[in-house]
Amino acid sequence: MKAAVLVFPGSNREGDVAQAIELVTGRKPQMVWHGDGDFEKTDLIVVPGGFSYGDYLRCGAMAAQSPVMAEVKKRAAQGVPVLAICNGFQIVTEAGLLPGTLMRNAHLKFVCSDVHLKVETSQSLFTNRYQAGQVIRVPVAHAEGNYFADDDTLKRLEDRGQIAFRYCAADGTVDGTGNPNGSIRNIAGVFNETKTVMGLMPHPENAVEPMFGGCDGKALFEGLVEALT
Amino acid sequence: MSGNGVSLEKNPPVKLPNEPTITPQIVAEHGLSPEEYQRVLAIMGRTPTMVELGIFSAMWSEHCSYKSSKVWLKKLPTKAPWVIQGPGENAGVIDIGDGQAAIFKMESHNHPSYIEPYQGAATGVGGILRDVFTMGARPVANLNALRFGDPKHPKTRHLVSGVVAGIGGYGNCMGIPTVGGETNFHAAYNGNILVNAMTVGIAPTDRIFYAAAAGVGNPLVYVGSKTGRDGIHGATMASTEFNEDSEEKRPTVQVGDPFVEKLLLEACLELMATDAIVAIQDMGAAGLTSSSFEMAAKGGLGVIVELDKVPMRETGMNPYELMLSESQERMLIVLKPGREELARRIFEKWELDFAVIGHLTDTERMVLSWHGDIVGNIPIPPLVTEAPVYERPWTLTPLPAVLEAAKVPAPKDWRASLLALMSCPDLASKAWIWHQYDHLIMGNTAIRPQDGDAALVRVNGGHKGLAMTSDCTPRYVQAHPETGGRQAVAEAWRNITAVGAKPLAVTDNMNFGNPQKPEIMGQFAGAIMGMAEACKVLDFPVVSGNVSLYNETEGRPILPTPTIGAVGVIDDIAKAVGSRLIQAGLGIVLIGETAGWLGQSLYLREACGREEGAPPPVDLAVERRNGDFVRSQIAMDRIEACHDISDGGLLVALAEMAIAGGTGMEIGQPPGNAVPSHAFFYGEDQGRYVIASGSADDIIEAAKAAGVPAVLLGYSGGASLVVKGLLSLPLSDIKAAHEAWLPGYMSATE
Repeated sequence: MKAAVLVFPGSNREGDVAQAIELVTGRKPQMVWHGDGDFEKTDLIVVPGGFSYGDYLRCGAMAAQSPVMAEVKKRAAQGVPVLAICNGFQIVTEAGLLPGTLMRNAHLKFVCSDVHLKVETSQSLFTNRYQAGQVIRVPVAHAEGNYFADDDTLKRLEDRGQIAFRYCAADGTVDGTGNPNGSIRNIAGVFNETKTVMGLMPHPENAVEPMFGGCDGKALFEGLVEALT
Repeated sequence: MSGNGVSLEKNPPVKLPNEPTITPQIVAEHGLSPEEYQRVLAIMGRTPTMVELGIFSAMWSEHCSYKSSKVWLKKLPTKAPWVIQGPGENAGVIDIGDGQAAIFKMESHNHPSYIEPYQGAATGVGGILRDVFTMGARPVANLNALRFGDPKHPKTRHLVSGVVAGIGGYGNCMGIPTVGGETNFHAAYNGNILVNAMTVGIAPTDRIFYAAAAGVGNPLVYVGSKTGRDGIHGATMASTEFNEDSEEKRPTVQVGDPFVEKLLLEACLELMATDAIVAIQDMGAAGLTSSSFEMAAKGGLGVIVELDKVPMRETGMNPYELMLSESQERMLIVLKPGREELARRIFEKWELDFAVIGHLTDTERMVLSWHGDIVGNIPIPPLVTEAPVYERPWTLTPLPAVLEAAKVPAPKDWRASLLALMSCPDLASKAWIWHQYDHLIMGNTAIRPQDGDAALVRVNGGHKGLAMTSDCTPRYVQAHPETGGRQAVAEAWRNITAVGAKPLAVTDNMNFGNPQKPEIMGQFAGAIMGMAEACKVLDFPVVSGNVSLYNETEGRPILPTPTIGAVGVIDDIAKAVGSRLIQAGLGIVLIGETAGWLGQSLYLREACGREEGAPPPVDLAVERRNGDFVRSQIAMDRIEACHDISDGGLLVALAEMAIAGGTGMEIGQPPGNAVPSHAFFYGEDQGRYVIASGSADDIIEAAKAAGVPAVLLGYSGGASLVVKGLLSLPLSDIKAAHEAWLPGYMSATE
């Protein structure tokens, strides 16, 4: 699997995801600068976490207008898979690649913590190594991860199986206790209609080694390798 | 023009339009004493211009010159075979093997954080990060030591909220994990909080950058943010006491932009990978003044600065403002000749300002020009060599009488006493704070906050781990500074040891009151004596540090707080241990001697409402012997969990291990031990650890052979903390009490 990781001024988890990709593929992904609208052909595009352009306007709003994102939109439309994590999730919602938006956390504070996620479906490039209903533990680290979409959109997402992950308690119960940011219906990650674009707030790339937060995120990358190699 | 510097220097400075005449009042407003001003006149041989006066004021401020502390700081040991760079540079540098160096320092941002907590704390983090990446290191971890006033004080909640948000806001955006620290509350900090921030970075040992300028004619380059009017005279403000007008000093607090600093970090590291840099220095306290001055002074050279070329954020700025602004996220670089375009391309790629603003000369003078006119011309060496150094009168704090355990009442209700301690502001969980800090970014955090005595971060590309901690027990230092200084170093050493790492070096952040009072200077002197002795016996040199004096409001000083930041290394990170008890059936072993020392203990303060007695003595030879033993047992894989015994004593340490790992235990005071139970369980004797082990017998036997006191207290298991004959408490109750206090406090409205 050949992967490309976008780098915006202010990105800061591009190294973490590059490390995770290298761990499962044995090769470094290409790092693509935000001004680069014409990068090498690739099997997977990753929009990483961070504070693109300082997140001074609205998280992801400026990055969504960058030359590289124009190219990502084009390739996503052609079916190139896009994995968008944290600030990346904010960027792709701003760019219109995924429905909904990420608002300020309900408690108004930045939160860095392990959370539990319920895998909603194994029927995707990104989640094929998980079982539907499986509970995994990965960290979050964000101030604006409060997912919101209107009722019609939510109904459409749920009807079409476009919810990827929901926050849950350790025993898998999906209720307020496991929800770190107030996301509507505990939504932590969603797909586009073709399930070739996935955005999520948690950081699977920070859960790929036993001593450093556990391995529950590794299967996501392994699943991509299996699907895209 | 810059090429014609020599002839320019012959011109006397011109007087700028609207420049005031220097009066005794203006001198006093610059924080210079009449005697110090006489020195200025002697050095200059004439009346200085305003910008020159401002430069003297900043360079001779306590903050920049260490004039009251210098004679004492010299007493600290600073050398060891693994020390690459000791105090005097932007940060200390130690060799951690495999061609890698750890570069670290702790620095205070106390005064600004009290006036404007968010920006004060944020720029404190920004400043210490720059100190570390200036030297070529990529920062890999942040820590912070915070001291707030009484939780009941009306300002405390606002200050906690702002400081924590500021630290998080800056560090999170930079993408550097904030992995450790400490937070205390005491009424002595009501009007003067402490915000001490520490950064640790990693660099190849052969790619370390220093501040000493070299090469006459080499260009002086300004990079980063534009210069505005913020923070003018920050260094001078940090060198005086607070009074009721201090709120008016808000404009002297700088405003941070972590996004720009992130760009600056990446751009600097990119430039550092080339061979273009001769010297580099961040613009911190006293901004362009101290950075340009220090680079030239360290290189034995002169410098011409063309101030009109400095990138400016505002119109109408004058030389005085440009030299004294403390605008953030700026760096000064001396480039090799001809490398300007290479450097410019890198900084322009990162959309940062880049300007050649002068060059080096051989005149040993700092010459400032402004649109072709000379506006300042100062000889550099005398400003350094003739800087005031004070041997201020000092009175040592006498050792208070030892408080016998018999004179301290035992708890009437053991359960209530433990719950009260576990939920008191100093011991209550600080999760509300560190969950606001990204402590996981970079994917190398092996021991997270609260999971071990020291934070542990993997060094990229290997199995090595860096252990880091920050420690000080101000109430001990207040009671007897010498003991307190010794204890602060010993506890830092112990915390590094408790995760299995070898303690290597220290950065010290000395926070004290007004040094012009002999008893405050005596606290400083005593603390240094204790620290120096501990650093020496423990082979734990001081490689960097910072002094913050005048931490007083309306004449009331803070508790003397010499914060010790420390770094250690473990070669195989897989061998490290945390303090969480996660396994049943392990032997719980107490290492070290327990005499039952209750003087200055948290039990005494929280349960009895008394702050008295001598603090626990620190026997450094015993400290070393016990610590070396524990570390050796960790290296032999005999230990599953380890926790040092500090605030709150043994029972608190056991409770912390149990609730962190979700495993209970049943223990008891060893048979034949004659120490009264409340002193045995709540005493704060030093040099002790609790370990959990599947081979407790082997450890106790090995301890006997090593002359280390070790005794089995009981075994892990169950969901309660059971102390035979004294108490049985479900872990869920302890956890609830421990975790509820801070969130409850912060969400209360009044």
